[in-house]
Amino acid sequence: MPEYGAETARLSLHVPEPEVRPGDTPDFSKVVIPKAGSVDRPPVDVDPREIRDHAYSIIRVLNRDGDAVGPWAGTLTDDEVMEGLRHMMTLRTFDARMLMAQRQGKTSFYMQHMGEEAVACAFRKALEPGDMNFPTYRQAGLLIAGDYPMVDMMNQIYSNEADPLKGRQLPIMYSSKDHGFFSISGNLGTQFIQAVGWAMASAIKRDTRIAAGWIGDGSTAESDFHAALVFASTYRAPVVLNIVNNQWAISTYQGIARGGSGTFAARGHGFGLPSLRVDGNDYLAVHAVAKWAVERARRNLGPTLIEYVTYRVGAHSTSDDPSAYRPKTESDAWPLGDPVIRLKNHLIKRGLWSDERHKQTEAEFLDTVIAAQKEAEKHGTLHAGGKPSTRDMFEGVYETMPPHLRRQRQKAGV
Amino acid sequence: MPRMTMIEAIRSAMDVTMGRDDNVVVFGEDVGYFGGVFRCTAGLQQKYGKTRCFDAPISELGIVGAAIGMAAYGLKPCVEIQFADYVYPAYDQIVSEAARLRYRSNGQFTCPIVIRMPTGGGIFGGQTHSQSPEALFTHVSGLKVVVPSNPHDAKGLLIAAIEDPDPVIFLEPKRLYNGPFDGHHDRPVTAWSKHPLGEAPDGHYTVPLGKAEVRRAGSAVTVLAYGTMVYVAQAAAEETGIDAEIIDLRTLLPLDLETIVTSVKKTGRCVVVHEATLTSGFGAELAALVQEHCFFHLEAPVARVTGWDTPYPHAQEWDYFPGPKRVGEALVETMGA
Repeated sequence: MPEYGAETARLSLHVPEPEVRPGDTPDFSKVVIPKAGSVDRPPVDVDPREIRDHAYSIIRVLNRDGDAVGPWAGTLTDDEVMEGLRHMMTLRTFDARMLMAQRQGKTSFYMQHMGEEAVACAFRKALEPGDMNFPTYRQAGLLIAGDYPMVDMMNQIYSNEADPLKGRQLPIMYSSKDHGFFSISGNLGTQFIQAVGWAMASAIKRDTRIAAGWIGDGSTAESDFHAALVFASTYRAPVVLNIVNNQWAISTYQGIARGGSGTFAARGHGFGLPSLRVDGNDYLAVHAVAKWAVERARRNLGPTLIEYVTYRVGAHSTSDDPSAYRPKTESDAWPLGDPVIRLKNHLIKRGLWSDERHKQTEAEFLDTVIAAQKEAEKHGTLHAGGKPSTRDMFEGVYETMPPHLRRQRQKAGV
Repeated sequence: MPRMTMIEAIRSAMDVTMGRDDNVVVFGEDVGYFGGVFRCTAGLQQKYGKTRCFDAPISELGIVGAAIGMAAYGLKPCVEIQFADYVYPAYDQIVSEAARLRYRSNGQFTCPIVIRMPTGGGIFGGQTHSQSPEALFTHVSGLKVVVPSNPHDAKGLLIAAIEDPDPVIFLEPKRLYNGPFDGHHDRPVTAWSKHPLGEAPDGHYTVPLGKAEVRRAGSAVTVLAYGTMVYVAQAAAEETGIDAEIIDLRTLLPLDLETIVTSVKKTGRCVVVHEATLTSGFGAELAALVQEHCFFHLEAPVARVTGWDTPYPHAQEWDYFPGPKRVGEALVETMGA
């Protein structure tokens, strides 16, 4: 036994650190990327205990040559794949314009999806009308792929007179019940257990609709995440629980929330949930895994946990500067590539697309987005033009305005 | 009219609403098979099945978060937090989510949930089974906060709360669960069945949220109280012989300001009584409102009688509890001012 007080007898705290910091060379050598097509596709009624390895591998369909390979390929028609590319391109164009609008002072804040477009866009196409998503701020792809009008999204971002949410929410905190998109909260992780509750309600009412919960890698540290897994597991709720691991929670790398556990997906094992990891930059793989989990929920087989392995190329938000905490070239080094380029290359390989058409389509989408932007700006931006009335501020706190709020509204002179 | 305990009245309220509306579901820790540690939900699972009344994992956050999701779907969950002291893990879900869902989604999603919880001291529960957290909720826009003081009101208010389109915090004074209270801790308590306030009609009726009730008419001083403290105030009025008008607030948010102002303008004096700690307690809001609306009618400063600013002690429970002696002293002082 070492002598008490000797250095060897003292404890030390482990604080995880990413492999590299600004100025270093990006290094993803420890990210093990299995070959596309190498992970098997179990039946949806599989016993979760038989697929424990799926929480440690990565399901991939698109290989480096642009081919769709393996047992998870073939869930979409050619037209659907083309549509998927268009959705991702639309979101990327939308992002670029709204980022610029924020820089121009037309709104206070924006959060872009750069590098993560495949996750929400592909997932949305696995759902049916009436299903409900409980998203985070980085799943606008659910709305784009769900045909929610772009002008309404912009009206919300501008908090203008046509904002469906009357200027009450931060930009990008959309809400559309009709499009299966639950109101976004700024408090992280709260929606995960709510998704489970919604799904439980659907099961209580013997409905056919299912729910999907969304959370980021950092927010899995919130108690809400664990409550959601307990409830989903206990009541076998018809819910798909999605963890988007984009490597960064603002400046904090994923190793801080993950700690010593193998993967985020592996957290499902303690709850008996089938838990899968998927290449989040592979539109076809995301769709295939989403379809598998959605079918499982729909067939009353219970919840599924999915970890999307992806990379947040852009800043966390317009208030963030990623060059302060990670190498500037890290996104280029991300081994799973760019979801838009990968799907584009796949379609070109299959003779369904070309570089020329891609460029032409990019230009068309830019025109479409600019036209929507002009339309939205007719209704005003945050600091100019039309805005929701001050009277609206007092409405909707309760279904019926109580006397104390009426008095305050009168005092405000509205 | 049947006589019942407050527990029976609360159970009857859930029974009545579950029978009328399939969308009402009841869940929480131990509430299913066993019927809750206070037995408020006894028999409901047997009557309505285990998908309408069921046990939940020990996760207050999970119970409230799941209820919010259910409400967004279209159900009307009425959930139980085993003791008000345990509600804090769910606080974020209540304050940031339930309270704001209607507002932030512009009415696309609403949250008609009821969160029931036993509150207050008087059963030797120590500092973790005796708290009165109402002020933590009355500060939150979008919530309603209810505290009944007798079986009739408990049933009518709970039915109104379950049928209300917005989230309601329903605080049940556990000192009153099993029988009436004469305001004194050291006297035997008779059964509600022998007490006129123990009467509650069968079937469906409501006591509207946001309406106070004058429990004792008087002309010398207005006492504002709720829950257990209504009885303490009554004992103090009787023992001092002061002609106090006692108002049972019943709903703290939204508050029945009109009844309060009418009474204080009549009496010219006001004493506020609650069991929760003094500093930033709900009594501060009441005193401020009375000052704002009745200043030129006041003949004495508004007095507050509350629990002390300490955690609720176990052995010294009755020194902490604002009893008739302390309320009586405040009445005498207010009358002499």
